[in-house]
Amino acid sequence: MSVAVSLNEVHKSFGAVEVLRGVSFEIAAGEVVAIIGRSGSGKSTALRCINRLERIQSGEIEVHGRRVDDPRLDLRALRQEVGIVFQSYNLFPHLTIEQNITLAPRRVKRLPRSEARQLALDKLRQVGLEEKIDAYPEQLSGGQQQRVAIARSLAMSPKVMLFDEVTSALDPHLTGEVLRVMESLAKDGMTMIVVTHEMGFARRAADRVVFMHMGKVWEAGPADILTNPQTPELKDFLANEL
Amino acid sequence: MPTGLNLNYLIYLLQGAGWTVILSALAFVLGGAAGFIVMLGRISRMRWLRFVTLLYVQAIQGIPLLIIIFIIYYGLGILGVSLPPLLAAGIALMVYCSAFLGEIWRGSVEAVPRTQTEAAECLALTRWQSLRDVILPQAIRIATPSTVGFLVQVLKSTSLVSVIGFIELTRAAQVINNTIFQPFAVFGIAGAIYFALCYPISRWSRALERNLNVGRR
Repeated sequence: MSVAVSLNEVHKSFGAVEVLRGVSFEIAAGEVVAIIGRSGSGKSTALRCINRLERIQSGEIEVHGRRVDDPRLDLRALRQEVGIVFQSYNLFPHLTIEQNITLAPRRVKRLPRSEARQLALDKLRQVGLEEKIDAYPEQLSGGQQQRVAIARSLAMSPKVMLFDEVTSALDPHLTGEVLRVMESLAKDGMTMIVVTHEMGFARRAADRVVFMHMGKVWEAGPADILTNPQTPELKDFLANEL
Repeated sequence: MPTGLNLNYLIYLLQGAGWTVILSALAFVLGGAAGFIVMLGRISRMRWLRFVTLLYVQAIQGIPLLIIIFIIYYGLGILGVSLPPLLAAGIALMVYCSAFLGEIWRGSVEAVPRTQTEAAECLALTRWQSLRDVILPQAIRIATPSTVGFLVQVLKSTSLVSVIGFIELTRAAQVINNTIFQPFAVFGIAGAIYFALCYPISRWSRALERNLNVGRR
């Protein structure tokens, strides 16, 4: 399988604090990788570096052959290939659900209005929220808003989807509906990198798990490592995650 | 022989008030357009442009409006550019408004959570598209009460252009008072007219503020 995303010796500091200390991993097209680790382990930062929400100090990041760390990178071309969903949904509060989903396809891909509405309907069907197409974000529950955020990202037909602790702001009851959407996406063959605290999701849906600790990939492998951790740090982490 | 305050004087005052309104509207519209450009400069990604606009804003905010009026009217006059009082007053007020409105609007744009820009740019929107479609619609909501509130300031500030002989409300009152010498009556009426113009705007601004606090959408 071809490589979708690769990180090679990535270093990233915020001022004097080195958050990523030589992170390397590869993700094949169609693969689902869960990144786990304590807060402050650098897992969200690593994710944000992949679509250059953060600049790196040294190392290489490649997405489908495109060098993300290249200063001459066509950022908008990268962002069309890499979708991201955030912990706090970040829907646009002044726009309807349809407008939230169709804004980028209409502006960036010049999709005509009628086709855009059809696209919104298709994507909403995928996350089970067709009937909300004319609602405003504030009329939706957190779980529904997050599903819309996923639909919005999918509407740009990205090759890779990044998920940054997308269920952390949700109560357990709402977490389930978001995870189910993500699992069905995974089944459809989407390349996904998922920073998460949901060990159940990692076990069920991830082809591979990357455990980050102190800005490094501490342990990585198939989901089995969650039942059979090799390093004491992962053992310790899993014991505390319940 | 000075006569009392009669209807003709009152009409003269109201005509002056008309010019006050026209001047305020002119200042607000032109100043708003220039203020929008100032705001864009203040949030630019180009460091030098941010610096230049900051310098402009600080300079204008640090100079009394009266001095700005003098510089434009008399200063340009000496340079051979003689402007009619209405134009000079309009330009001075435009400059004044642009600095203050630019700052009010910059604050409003920055009050929209950064994550909104992040989300927009992660969808491959350009910086301009995300500003126009995502940030500005939300910033306008935040900016409206203080912008309307500033309109009251502008309306009152137009009284300063009386010093260059432009006959707006204050100048009209001075002219009448010079004839009939009844300062309490004349300036009292002028003050009442100013109040009648400003009070509804203040009320409107406060109502907008309340609406904004009720529901954020």
